[in-house]
Amino acid sequence: MNIIVAGLSHKTASIEIRERLSFSSRNLTTPLQEIVNFPAIYEAIILSTCNRVEIVCTAADSEKVIREIKIFLADFHKLSLDEITPHLYFYTGQDAIRHVFRVASSLDSMIVGEPQILGQLKDAYRSAVANKTTGSILNRFLHKAFSVAKRVRTETDIASSAVSISFAAVELARKIFDNLEDKKILLIGAGEMAELVTRHLVSHMVKELFITNRTFEHAFLLAQEFGGRVLKFDELFDNFAPMDIIISSTDAHDIIITYEKIAKALHARKNKPMFLIDIAVPRNIDPRVNDLPNVYLYNIDDLDGIVEKNRQVREKEAKQAEEIVEKEQMRFYVWLQQQEVTPTIITLKEKFESIRLKEIEKTFSHWEGLREEDKEKINALTHAIVNKILHGPINFLKTKGEKNRFPIEEIKKIFNLNDKEDA
Amino acid sequence: MQITPLLYFKPIEIYLFYLTLTIYCIGTINFLIYLIKPRPLFSLLAFYITIIGFVFHSIIFIFRYFTYACFPVTDLHQSLFFFAWCFVGVFIIFNIKHKIPVLGSFVTPLAIVFLISSATLFTQKPVQIPPPLRSIWLPIHTTLAFLGEAFLGLAFCGGVMYLIQENQIKNKKWSRFLHRLPSLQTLDDLNYLCLSLGFPFLTLGIITGSIWAEYAWGSYWNWDPKETWSLVTWLIYAALLHGRLTIGWRGRRAAYFLIIGFAVVLFTFLGVNLLLPGLHSYDSFTSP
Repeated sequence: MNIIVAGLSHKTASIEIRERLSFSSRNLTTPLQEIVNFPAIYEAIILSTCNRVEIVCTAADSEKVIREIKIFLADFHKLSLDEITPHLYFYTGQDAIRHVFRVASSLDSMIVGEPQILGQLKDAYRSAVANKTTGSILNRFLHKAFSVAKRVRTETDIASSAVSISFAAVELARKIFDNLEDKKILLIGAGEMAELVTRHLVSHMVKELFITNRTFEHAFLLAQEFGGRVLKFDELFDNFAPMDIIISSTDAHDIIITYEKIAKALHARKNKPMFLIDIAVPRNIDPRVNDLPNVYLYNIDDLDGIVEKNRQVREKEAKQAEEIVEKEQMRFYVWLQQQEVTPTIITLKEKFESIRLKEIEKTFSHWEGLREEDKEKINALTHAIVNKILHGPINFLKTKGEKNRFPIEEIKKIFNLNDKEDA
Repeated sequence: MQITPLLYFKPIEIYLFYLTLTIYCIGTINFLIYLIKPRPLFSLLAFYITIIGFVFHSIIFIFRYFTYACFPVTDLHQSLFFFAWCFVGVFIIFNIKHKIPVLGSFVTPLAIVFLISSATLFTQKPVQIPPPLRSIWLPIHTTLAFLGEAFLGLAFCGGVMYLIQENQIKNKKWSRFLHRLPSLQTLDDLNYLCLSLGFPFLTLGIITGSIWAEYAWGSYWNWDPKETWSLVTWLIYAALLHGRLTIGWRGRRAAYFLIIGFAVVLFTFLGVNLLLPGLHSYDSFTSP
């Protein structure tokens, strides 16, 4: 039995290709059924996220499976083989195990350590279980992948720090305020980065969001999207006191939030902390406000600096994580081998026995005048021959097969044990 | 002061003392590892070890209570020993309730310092306090005062943590340490909570002390150095509490206050006894 991973990810394919090859995670029944209908494939899981599409399956003959999966992907998405082949990667055996463990632990993600992928993998597995396309090997494999991911998460700091500006801002907010649920946020202006930061803050349970913009319509649209309230731009500036977090991103060419205004607001709010994020270039907030007690001002460079530092931390932690993955991969591989040796021996014996019986039947049927005792002698003779021939390969499997996949594959190839129908 | 530990301590006391100290040290090491590698395992281990240390700490105290037939807070050694006990005890309760194990990385080293200092501050033999002072007010006054000071000690640790964390966030010096310490809000809340628990206990400690003084010496307030410095301590914390409630003295300013306040607490506690003569100097119990 072999584990095979076939797929494409942000590393091998552009977003256009990934979109065209993706599966709807809500309805995986049809594709899952189609895959397991291929003769060489026993079990299958489909993982489809915005960054990757992967099919994890078990089969005896990996080369055949790779061909079948290519055909399946092309047919299912109505593309030609030539269009998809350059973007696909295939892993088998230990590489496949390592790959899935790395994906689950978020080591293969676009942002290393981001936590969503594990949830997505769990969902993918659940769909496959619901569609009964997993068996004993994949069940064990995926549960192992989840526990490896958990180990990586608890034993390394890979996910402990933000590596994007918007996450860094949220993380800082949480290091200042702890709980963001009852905090008031003000977004001044617009812009991609500001909206991204706001989106992340809102996803952290922030309930009170105020938006202001020189153009009312734009503020209104944003407010609708995030569920915030629009403040009039001109009224705003006497109204900083209630705000805990202010994100400023206007295209004003000078400072619009002055030291005095923040000092006044701070006094009115009895020195409760304020977190100011200045994403605008040129800056909107007087840098001196950072000198006020309990006021924390971060501009885009500060946030960049944090992200860079965190990225270095993650890279260091990733090495440790890779070591964990490698160890677990070896361990799982040994288990997989043990599953393999006995069934291979049985298949081998069955195959030879069936050949022997067929040939004996053939011979007996046109050999007239054969006595019962002669038949028995011939039976015993052929049986002995088969056993003698098999003695070598079986011994070979028993001694070498436990540690190494190679002999199993070779034996299977030599004796043609891989075809489901044939066996 | 002569170093004659065998006159002072019973041998079993010494063994138990070293045992307690060793267990606390192991707990502290775990807490410090937790600071570097924040795995829940280390914090749990550290916390349980500290609790075991606390049990032995308590056993010594109970042993003394029965051996000397008196609430054993009669001299500087016993006082500091009891204070360390209050400090660790308050931390244990606090951590069970509020789950801030990283506080232990600051509390347990301090507790060890208190214990080791207590070991060097013994008199020739345990003070037999004179009958006028043998009263129910001894345990009441000392327990209340020390509980208050223990909470203020926690607030001191919280203040130190706040300053470290605030410095990182304010000056954008992000180290991995940032993730080890709780958020500013949590620390500020912690400090305020400790202050608002410690201050009433401290106040009650001072009040019961003055009632006891009335019984013992015939006057509520004698302006001896201990009393004067207690008042100074009380005023510092009262000012902080007042400032916090009215004009929002929070954050860094509050943290500085808590650190200075606790330094004064320690001076009132130790400095006054060691440096300034007065009624509370334990060898002058019989005066005035």
